[in-house]
Amino acid sequence: MLKDITIGQHYPTGSVIHKLDPRTKIIAVFVFILTLFLVENFMAYGFIAIFVICCIRIAKIPIKYIIKGLKPLTFIILFTLVINSFMIAGEIIISIGPLNITEEGLYQGTFMAVRLIMLVIGTSLLTLTTSPITLTDGIESLLNPFKKIGVPAHELAMMMTIALRFIPTLLEETDKIMKAQMARGADFESGSLIKRSKSLVPLLVPLFISAFRRADDLAMAMEARCYRGGEGRTRMKELKYFKRDFLAIAVVLSLFAVLYLM
Amino acid sequence: MKNKQMININNVTYEYKSEDENLVAIKDLSLDIKQGEFIVIIGHNGSGKSTLAKHMNALLLPTEGIVEVKGMDTQDEKHTWDIRQIAGMVFQNPDNQIVGTIVEEDVAFGPENLGVKREEIIERVESSLSLVGMDAYRFKAPHLLSGGQKQRIAIAGIIAMRPDCIILDEPTAMLDPEGRREVMKTIKKLNKEEKITIIHITHFMEEAVDADRVIVMEDSKIVIQGKPREVFKQVEKLKKLGLDVPQVTELAYVLSKEGINIPADVLTVDEMVMKICQLR
Repeated sequence: MLKDITIGQHYPTGSVIHKLDPRTKIIAVFVFILTLFLVENFMAYGFIAIFVICCIRIAKIPIKYIIKGLKPLTFIILFTLVINSFMIAGEIIISIGPLNITEEGLYQGTFMAVRLIMLVIGTSLLTLTTSPITLTDGIESLLNPFKKIGVPAHELAMMMTIALRFIPTLLEETDKIMKAQMARGADFESGSLIKRSKSLVPLLVPLFISAFRRADDLAMAMEARCYRGGEGRTRMKELKYFKRDFLAIAVVLSLFAVLYLM
Repeated sequence: MKNKQMININNVTYEYKSEDENLVAIKDLSLDIKQGEFIVIIGHNGSGKSTLAKHMNALLLPTEGIVEVKGMDTQDEKHTWDIRQIAGMVFQNPDNQIVGTIVEEDVAFGPENLGVKREEIIERVESSLSLVGMDAYRFKAPHLLSGGQKQRIAIAGIIAMRPDCIILDEPTAMLDPEGRREVMKTIKKLNKEEKITIIHITHFMEEAVDADRVIVMEDSKIVIQGKPREVFKQVEKLKKLGLDVPQVTELAYVLSKEGINIPADVLTVDEMVMKICQLR
């Protein structure tokens, strides 16, 4: 199940979207998130959905892969839907005991759930189409103007790169520790919530210890490879805007302007 | 060329300091390594071999004594980065030394830190990857590769810094036999074809057979040193230290003890076959 998490994973296909400048994509996602929160009708969401599906197609990422990435979030999405349906007052459709499902609630719940799904798909499209290092290069370059007021742009970017690089490694490790503990009779699946969270201790302790050891090793390896911060560092991949970047930004901005005005 | 000094270690002592006790990891150790040499260091866990390796590129500084890399004192902070460029280091766990999320990005990490120009970085990435035979994986994600492949990527990342010397701290310890073979082939190729000085730390005696010099460490000191043939001949002494000898050498040793006329310094299977065929 842990292997199913696709958030933060990179899926290289070499499509146009992959080739876009990371800054373009970051800005686009930013605009996208903003629009999701500003736009409040289903029609507009329909258009956003079409736009998202188009993006997925252009990026040549299998839809299945995206849906797989949503799986771990099923609970949160359902939770949003249910809570909203019950909690919001309005015209009652069905009542179960003291609980009432209202029309407004159902509407609001579905809306929230769709918003959540869009949010996850939109942002995961960013990481799926951008290699983490390019992504952090983009963030670093976008943050660079703020360096003067003390924002550690390079350090932040490096931290993110390493975090992203180690996600698959640590997931694999979690899986391994889980199996090892299960083989020794640990039970992660049954019991009350408290019992289950307690049973995570034998999983988390070794995981943390190993993560610290890895951090130590990595720091040593980075130093051995002459890493000494952002000063005087060159880049193999320099960021450069092309025509397609301006085009992409124009498309995203105009699309969302239209949606906002609708 | 071959007689130029690469690394000089003079009477070095190193202590790990902790609150309640000082642990001596290296005691008054001296060692000279010449350019182009292929050196294998063997010894137990805790014999001080990793500590010694970390002295060779200024990751650790000696408590006493002097370490010089190409004449530069490692204590001198001015030279730290030059030393680390000259003496690259590959570690045991391939997962914990790969920084990039794409193979080529990881190989480029070193040259980027050195401030190499963009065009040259690309060129170096290409040539380093082809040198370790990983060009086909340039755009792959490292976590999807096998251990041996990951370790070769780590080696490529060091080669891209154009070092004169590579120190490998048990690079094969976590690999399967196939991965071990791949890595050893790469290391030998670097030494023979690129004339890079190799200092290889290992637990596997078979990997020491082709070395120019084998160094056996025990209890913070060098106890045996010499050509593989001379070192492995001392089967009993090695056994006493709790170390193995290559299987073939052990066989030769046992046979000669049984009175069969086979020299005790046989190192490879082929040699063994020759010797046995000459028996009558």
